[in-house]
Amino acid sequence: MTDLIPVLSDEELREINAEIAHVPVPAAVAIDALKIVQAHRGWVSDESLQAIARHLEMSAEELEGVATFYNLIFRRPVGENVILLCNSISCWIKGCDKLQAKISAQLGIALGETTPDNRYTLLPVTCLGACDKAPVMMVGEELHENISEQGLGDVFGEDGG
Amino acid sequence: MPVIRIDGVEYEVEAGGNLLEATLGLGLDLPYFCWHPAMGSIGACRQCAVVQYLDEESEQAGRGRIVMGCMTPVTDGAIFSLGGDRAQQFREAIVESLMLNHPHDCPVCAEGGECHLQDMTVMVGHRDRHYRGRKNTHRNQYLGPLIHHEMNRCITCYRCTRYYRDYAGGTDLAALASRDHIYFGRHQEGVLQSEFAGNLVEVCPTGVFTDRILVHDYTRKWDLQSAPSVCTGCAVGCNTLPGERYGRLKRVHNRYNVEVNGYFLCDRGRFGAGFVNSDKRLEYPGLRREDGRYDALDHHRALQQLQAACNQGNLAGIGSPRTSVEANFLLRTLVGPDNFSPGFADSEQPLVNLALQLQQDSPAVTPDLRSIESADAVLVLGEDVTNTAPRIALALRQSVRNRAYAMAADLGLETWQDAAIRNLAQDERSPLYITAPGDTPLDDVAAGTDRLAPQDIACLGQAVAASIAGDSNEAGQDRAAEIAAALAGAQRPLVVSGTGCASGEVMQAAAAVANALCTAGRQAMLCLAVPEANSLGQALLCGADAPDFSALQQRAEAGEVDTLLVLENDLYRRGDGDRIDRLLAAFKRVIVLDGLDNATTSSADLVLPAASFAESEGTLVSLEGRAQRHFPVFPPPAERRPAWVWLLACLKELEREEAGSLHHFDDITRACAAAIPGLSGIPAAAPDHHFRNAGVKIPRQTHRYSGRTAMRADVSVHEPKQPQDEESALAFTMEGLNRAQPGSLLPYVWSPGWNSNQSLHKFQGEVGGPLKGGTAGVRLLQPGSGPVVSGSTGPEPFRAEDGQWQLVPRQKIFGSEELSALSPGIDELVTPAFVELGSADAESLGVADGDGLELGDGLARLELRINDCIPAGCAGFAAGHAGAENLQPLARVTLRRAEGWQRREPQIIGSDGGGGND
Amino acid sequence: MSGALPVLDRPLTRNVRADRSPTDMAAYEANGGYRGLRAALAMSAADCLQVLKDSNLRGRGGAGFPTGMKWSFVPMGDACSPGHKYLICNADEMEPGTFKDRLLMECDPHQLVEGMICAAYTLQADVAYIFIRAEYHKATRLLQEAIDACKAKGYLGDNILGSGYNLEMHVHSSAGRYICGEETALISSLEGKRANPRAKPPFPQVSGLWGRPTIVNNVETLCNVHHIIERGADWFQSLGLTADAGTKLYGVSGRVKNPGCWELPMGTPVREIIEEYAGGMEEGYQLRGFLPGGGSTDFLTVEHLDLAMDYDTIGKAGSRMGTGTMIILDDKTCPVGFVKNLTEFFAQESCGFCTPCRDGLPWSAQVLDDIEHGRGLPEDMDTLQRQVAFIGAIGNTHCALAPGAMEPIQSALKYFREDFERHIDGGSCPYCDGGNS
Ligand SMILES: Cc1cc2nc3c(=O)[nH]c(=O)nc-3n(C[C@H](O)[C@H](O)[C@H](O)COP(=O)(O)O)c2cc1C
Ligand code: SF4
Ligand code: FES
Repeated sequence: MTDLIPVLSDEELREINAEIAHVPVPAAVAIDALKIVQAHRGWVSDESLQAIARHLEMSAEELEGVATFYNLIFRRPVGENVILLCNSISCWIKGCDKLQAKISAQLGIALGETTPDNRYTLLPVTCLGACDKAPVMMVGEELHENISEQGLGDVFGEDGG
Repeated sequence: MPVIRIDGVEYEVEAGGNLLEATLGLGLDLPYFCWHPAMGSIGACRQCAVVQYLDEESEQAGRGRIVMGCMTPVTDGAIFSLGGDRAQQFREAIVESLMLNHPHDCPVCAEGGECHLQDMTVMVGHRDRHYRGRKNTHRNQYLGPLIHHEMNRCITCYRCTRYYRDYAGGTDLAALASRDHIYFGRHQEGVLQSEFAGNLVEVCPTGVFTDRILVHDYTRKWDLQSAPSVCTGCAVGCNTLPGERYGRLKRVHNRYNVEVNGYFLCDRGRFGAGFVNSDKRLEYPGLRREDGRYDALDHHRALQQLQAACNQGNLAGIGSPRTSVEANFLLRTLVGPDNFSPGFADSEQPLVNLALQLQQDSPAVTPDLRSIESADAVLVLGEDVTNTAPRIALALRQSVRNRAYAMAADLGLETWQDAAIRNLAQDERSPLYITAPGDTPLDDVAAGTDRLAPQDIACLGQAVAASIAGDSNEAGQDRAAEIAAALAGAQRPLVVSGTGCASGEVMQAAAAVANALCTAGRQAMLCLAVPEANSLGQALLCGADAPDFSALQQRAEAGEVDTLLVLENDLYRRGDGDRIDRLLAAFKRVIVLDGLDNATTSSADLVLPAASFAESEGTLVSLEGRAQRHFPVFPPPAERRPAWVWLLACLKELEREEAGSLHHFDDITRACAAAIPGLSGIPAAAPDHHFRNAGVKIPRQTHRYSGRTAMRADVSVHEPKQPQDEESALAFTMEGLNRAQPGSLLPYVWSPGWNSNQSLHKFQGEVGGPLKGGTAGVRLLQPGSGPVVSGSTGPEPFRAEDGQWQLVPRQKIFGSEELSALSPGIDELVTPAFVELGSADAESLGVADGDGLELGDGLARLELRINDCIPAGCAGFAAGHAGAENLQPLARVTLRRAEGWQRREPQIIGSDGGGGND
Repeated sequence: MSGALPVLDRPLTRNVRADRSPTDMAAYEANGGYRGLRAALAMSAADCLQVLKDSNLRGRGGAGFPTGMKWSFVPMGDACSPGHKYLICNADEMEPGTFKDRLLMECDPHQLVEGMICAAYTLQADVAYIFIRAEYHKATRLLQEAIDACKAKGYLGDNILGSGYNLEMHVHSSAGRYICGEETALISSLEGKRANPRAKPPFPQVSGLWGRPTIVNNVETLCNVHHIIERGADWFQSLGLTADAGTKLYGVSGRVKNPGCWELPMGTPVREIIEEYAGGMEEGYQLRGFLPGGGSTDFLTVEHLDLAMDYDTIGKAGSRMGTGTMIILDDKTCPVGFVKNLTEFFAQESCGFCTPCRDGLPWSAQVLDDIEHGRGLPEDMDTLQRQVAFIGAIGNTHCALAPGAMEPIQSALKYFREDFERHIDGGSCPYCDGGNS
């Protein structure tokens, strides 16, 4: 078993250890560690999760409990760009449902799916805190405000990416 | 004591409790799920809602607010309503919500008929379903051979993970996901690792975690016949409730004993009684023919044979520490004390005697398990209690929480505020120091662990004692000083040791520490584990000078005795094969009474099938010196009889004077008590057979017991008369009264509206307190005023020898004990015997993990496991496992690579099919 | 920011530029930054606390609890056993319709950092965390830069400005979960655990992060602290129009001409905020109702437009001022769809700890979905009403999420009952096209 588990990269370990430095027990950085590994690999595989758990001296179950609690820890692979489309109230008033239908049509994926070329994963997200600019979505780390159906082309390109 | 008002009635209640506890203690019904008497409150399920009023005026006006009973302290003058509409409607709404996703599978659910969710549903009156949506569904996981998983039945009360993780220290079960998708399971399917996982079966209020052995051979609770029993898995003496149907032992549930096991058993105890149903059970007496095969006899002829043999020969007997005081006493009576060996291995006998003597002499208290839980500093010397006396380990896990309770008290938090206290204390624990010849499963909560050879454990212990006594510390004994300071600084320090690492010096050191603490004015406790359910009873019965196997063999060889009776004891587990062959060969005749076919019965001239603990009554003396009585759960088949019945009949046939006054089992108990001062208390372990509960017997069957006629319909449509129990106050029927009887005579728990085991509180005086009928069993040991050992220079330290390794026993909860290892489920978890070495030692031998090692000159060939916790120069071996019988603890042996060794294929874990979680 | 505002004392947004570009250390200091810190360090912690108490600052995270009073429960000096004390800034801002803390952090990160240092000094906390929601990447980066700049300047770290006071500050970026905004769940999350709320008592002030005394405050609350210490309680009191002191970030979203967020005197009337600052309704839309302060507040309607937006006034009207960011329900948006959207949010964000929330909210959402899609039955109205009673009261559930979640439903049943009935009677949504369903 031992050698089957891929070792976390030096970079990942360095970042995780920097977090561990200012908490009482390593397990306290569980969320940070999951996010660090996800930032490097896009998602958290079973193997990554086991490796993190061992590094943090916690059981895989305990870490799984944490990983599956949070919306933005991905336990399944996602595309290169994650589209977080706000579906909360102000964006809903401003037509996020139609926008989603449009994005889905354009990219050929439903909510929760990834394009075959692995470029985009479309996920719903709760209120992005930009309700005055509704409807909004986030692609990668970039926030797109006041998106209109026409404006989608600017984001994904006319052919849908 | 505070006075509270509930629905207009004033009650005086215990201070410091919560309303739910108080309410249940008052005999009122208040539904709940997430609260557990041993685990306290978290306020998750919201089922225990009541209305609380600020004052009388708001009560008049009906202006109260909903509060959770389990989270509400009882304060003087508090006013509540349980019965008011608002509280009732709220509680009904909770059950309705819990039922949204709960399947309608009660008829096929293993929990049906003892389901707390069923009980609560009826109690709140929820009947009509308004929800029209779909139900969530989950995939189940394979959790090992003992526990079945059915997640769809989950009502998310969090009891399982709270028990498994917080209470029992397991790590491989967790709450996953969130919202209404919460899933209680493992990261990946596989065997649950905790030694106490089986309690999930009783902790879960529905049928998510059920007894997998029972599921495969199923009977509803109401159709089980059960009796108060005592676990024979180890010496702790947990109280159990085995249940039977069709002559098969179906399952074992916990029987509450506030001073012993409380609400929980270990998995050896819960699942380790399956040997009762084994194919290897002996059904008929057997007489060996010339050709070595056996002729079956009926019991009359068998008795004649027994009598003839006894008449002809000069008798010697070997008793058994795994069976009752009474059976041993009769055999001892039959053969005479000088010819009676208690049945320990030669090396074990002085150890058990020493354990008894130390407890008798030491001014330290021998603690019950509840006292162990109260310890605020603990030193474990050499004993891996998780694997030798498992329930003690669970108690020790609670003891380390005393620091948290102290912190909570500073903030005014009550001990039942479970989550709050855990958040407050985080990883703060009372000190627990573990020294052992290797790692132990309790290490995760230890303040310090020292992995030492037994000799060095003894040295460390003596140094701790010296340090407590204030004797100057040798250089390099910082650890001893640290441990001494922790123990001396505690209110209730505890020292735990035992026979587990086979060293008397270690136990002596433990006693020295306890004595030093007493001398220093502390209320010290000393707990010494012994191996078997009646080890201590046997030591009390036989005394320190009883002959061991060698002594008996000498007598036989000198012609003083020629006929050996062996009582429920597989001698081949207690010495190497050649040695036992020689012992048996020294006798002309060997007669064996035992339950299962084993190497010893196979070499007997006459074999008499003995009833198991589940088919017989008996008194066992636990490691704390508690005499407890077990009762037959069901009568044995016709030709199989309790050993005491065989022996009493034999004494009578022989017209022995001692048997003249013995008519009933109780008479034997009393005769033994009269004859043996150390056992004089045993009759009080339980009421005798004259006892009647309000004039009637106590039923082993529930009042809903069904299909008794149908059970035998294939044989005859006429229902035979139920077997009569002449030996106890219990009856093999449904008739009688199971209420308000002595605690030792509680065959099952049930109360109107409370079909599940949660009905227990109806039998308790107060929640979590003693049974109304008193605590089962009687303590035989009192603290001594014995010699106070101090400043001993201690034993010689361990010295590794080139080319020789000292064997240290490694105990395993599954595998080290004889009978449980034969039980279905557990048999899958027993690993092949192994030998453990540190990697440096392995390297010096040029061997790697999984290689075979030959120990001594053909003593054993075992698989090597590398374990860096094994001290250099020592080799751990799987104690009690098949293949390791010839190994003597603490002997020095040579090691070399075993020739022609086949490495084992990696094991693939079975599965119910389906995998992963939802 | 709109240029049309009258000249007001707007301490919180004075560094907020029209293009919302962040204010760096130099610009911040040039505009009087870190003067409050110096003022605080010149005072005793007890005196700082007294100023805060006198100011009547109420928490801007939603509940409006008086900040000074909350802080006074923290054990000080010898009453506090040795160990850390923590200050946590709650920057989780995930309440639907709420977008004020983002503005403060993205435009003026130093203001928050200065407020936190002063707050931590007042509490004698030695470690401070900013718990920020995962999606606020820009704010996270800016805050980290601000902290680094402070360390370089000696505003953070050991012996701050020679005062002998030490404070370390960390930014913790969350992993996305609304319940993390609940202060005790936030603490669980900061410990690296599942964000289940904790039972109170004990309150975090005595046993919070790692079991130690902990204060959790909203971003906006903390941004006020150094201003108050520097300029005094009277000044702060004088800013508000009503009894509740200070200024407040008010926001409006929905079908208004100029959705946005403005710092205004506490107690500014609702009508003024909607009609003057938000520019009134979009062409062709009428106002039917509004949630005054985020998705977990009760609807108010046209009749409430002249109320002052402060904690007490809005509370008396049967709602809560919450975060002060209003969500407008217009006449072409389906009220059933509106509450369904919110209820689905809350059901999804339930942590799953307690029964009424975990199972009751999805059921409520299911019923609303049935009604919205024309599958509703008359008895569903009773079911909703029962659910409101079952889930909606504080104390019925383990934390305040679920009662908050029921506020829109309960008030919608009161004000827009006929809309529900039309769905059920007609077997479809009467707003279907305009209603976004
Ligand atoms: C479900 C729930 C979510 C919350 N979310 C936030 C939040 O995102 N930001 C916030 O400041 N307070 C939030 N709160 C309120 C906090 O629990 C807490 O009261 C607040 O941070 C205290 O700060 P204050 O006293 O400065 O207002 C939330 C409360 C609940 C019940
Ligand atoms: S109300 Fe209960 S289930 Fe809902 S978020 Fe709070 S604690 Fe979790
Ligand atoms: S038993 Fe009280 S809330 Fe669960």
